[in-house]
Amino acid sequence: MTGGEADLITRVSDDLPALQIAVPLLSAAICLLVRRARAAWAVAMVVAWGSFASACVLLSRVLQSGTISYAEGGWRPPWGIELRIDLLNALVLLVVTGICAIVLTASPRSLDQEVWREHHHKFYALYLLCMTGLAGMTITGDAFNIFVFLEISSLSSYALIAQGTTRRALTSSLQYLVMGTIGGTFLLLGIGMIYMVTGTLNIADMAVQLAAVGPNRTVLVALACIGIGTGIKLAVFPLHIWLPNAYTYAPAIVTAFLAATATKVAYYVLVRFVFSVFGAPLAFGELRLDAVLMPLAIAAMFAGSFVAIFQDDIKRMLAYSSVAQIGYMVLGLSLASVSGLTGGLVHLFNHAIMKSGLFLVMAAVVLRMGSTRLDAFAGLGRRMPFTMAAFVVAGLSLIGVPLTVGFVSKWYLVVGAIEGGLWPVAVLILLSSLLALIYIWRVVEVAYFRQPPEDAPEVSEAPASLLVPIWVLAGATVFFGVFTSLSVGLASAAARMLFGVEL
Amino acid sequence: MIRHVILRALSKLLIPLIMLFALYVQFHGDYGPGGGFQAGVIFGAAIILYALMFGLEAAKRVFPPRVLEFFVAFGLLLYGGVGIEAILLGGNFLDYGHLAHEPVHGQHLGILLVELGVGITVAAVMASIFFLFAGRGRSDV
Repeated sequence: MTGGEADLITRVSDDLPALQIAVPLLSAAICLLVRRARAAWAVAMVVAWGSFASACVLLSRVLQSGTISYAEGGWRPPWGIELRIDLLNALVLLVVTGICAIVLTASPRSLDQEVWREHHHKFYALYLLCMTGLAGMTITGDAFNIFVFLEISSLSSYALIAQGTTRRALTSSLQYLVMGTIGGTFLLLGIGMIYMVTGTLNIADMAVQLAAVGPNRTVLVALACIGIGTGIKLAVFPLHIWLPNAYTYAPAIVTAFLAATATKVAYYVLVRFVFSVFGAPLAFGELRLDAVLMPLAIAAMFAGSFVAIFQDDIKRMLAYSSVAQIGYMVLGLSLASVSGLTGGLVHLFNHAIMKSGLFLVMAAVVLRMGSTRLDAFAGLGRRMPFTMAAFVVAGLSLIGVPLTVGFVSKWYLVVGAIEGGLWPVAVLILLSSLLALIYIWRVVEVAYFRQPPEDAPEVSEAPASLLVPIWVLAGATVFFGVFTSLSVGLASAAARMLFGVEL
Repeated sequence: MIRHVILRALSKLLIPLIMLFALYVQFHGDYGPGGGFQAGVIFGAAIILYALMFGLEAAKRVFPPRVLEFFVAFGLLLYGGVGIEAILLGGNFLDYGHLAHEPVHGQHLGILLVELGVGITVAAVMASIFFLFAGRGRSDV
């Protein structure tokens, strides 16, 4: 390798933050041009796994040498658009790109069944666009940019959901479009108000200017608007009504992708604004955001799980379970302490793994049985043993059994609640876990202890292309349940950074 | 062809002017109000006017949907390609200063190409959306 080439490689690797967004965006256009289903998939695969590798490199660089700042177009922040990667969004970026890559790996067989083959190249283009938007929201250091990328990811996710096989996918997509647009508008209103007060759009600069201005009514209204806007995208109870339909009627691959990434990035945006822009004293002292969010979070934990128990469609059951799990993440935020926020961020990581695993199991069941109704699961424990075993492992994690990731996040949430002197909240966390036990048990009982009907069609195990990603995710729920240094280490370091506690 | 004679004759007269005006807005964006978005919408409006006056089929013969789809992607690739090229030439993403041997020329060239990319994509997307809605329920779409 000549000196010039080595020089070029170092230079380009300095541009990884920009490439993290630009390459998926351009590859989406390339997918549209190649027009062949498998070729588009190959392009998307290379890009998705490349993005994941790039996210790993960025994370290790942040760990080594601190926050990365990248000036788009060479315009210095705060005037230009800055990409800013610190511990918090490096972790979120790792989750988003990792799940993107794994779900994409599992996609071809499931898509062959659920989406017209002529539309596959467009599907992958949309998938990459959605990934562009999510990665952009995560790493940008510019508040208006967050809104732009939110729109990119939202518009592409509406189109992805509308690809579902039944016509109800269209109405669910429209419902999400209406709700999502309202959410985006609230977010934009909030950003506009901060811009009015501070005259800047750079997040780091906003924080400095806001500290100088101090709390006034405009700032408080801005925080409320941003809270509502991200709350809709995050599906905080009671703003979750778009979620169950969207998750149920979207193609299984889309559900696995969106459930693990879109709401997580919305949570990140909320955390970013609350801590990095407004600051904990303003958000929790002046506006009492914790007093608003905690009852909603607890209500979500119980209402979501309770409704999930009575669902006959297991995909829909998991969608309601997502509402409950989002409740845990919001609860972590509302505890307003380092250990609480650690719990929330760990749960972001953990829930992404287990929910994408569970929804991929749904993709496998749809592929073999053509339905995810509870009756379709009869006897599947023997007929699709590996798929259902993965469901049990990820399901145990959802309940929070020790040695799984669910236990780790609930542990930190309970510790956070007890540290805050809120032991009733700790009891409620444990009680709501019992509800998860009920709805997971319903499926396990039918799958393992009920005989399939006499006229049931012969089904074989899911294909390896689906089974391997499912087991990578199911294995990860156990692995990160035992070795917590990556997830908990990063989450607690990020939480300490956000509260301004010394590392 | 007997109906709407006046409208058709007038739009035949107007469509070239609209397209020319779109190009003016596109390339004069450096010096005055204008740029890719506006130019793209104006150009798209010319295509839509043609479709309204002479029918969807005629418009699709002139601007086949496959070609429009290509231009949707091509404009985006042009935009992003300029950004990537800036990286390869040693600058940050979209840092036009590195595109030519002299920064001012580079800025000029960069913004011209990026706006052209925006214009192409916007015009193609406008026309595609119109064709899709106008052709709704027909088998050939």
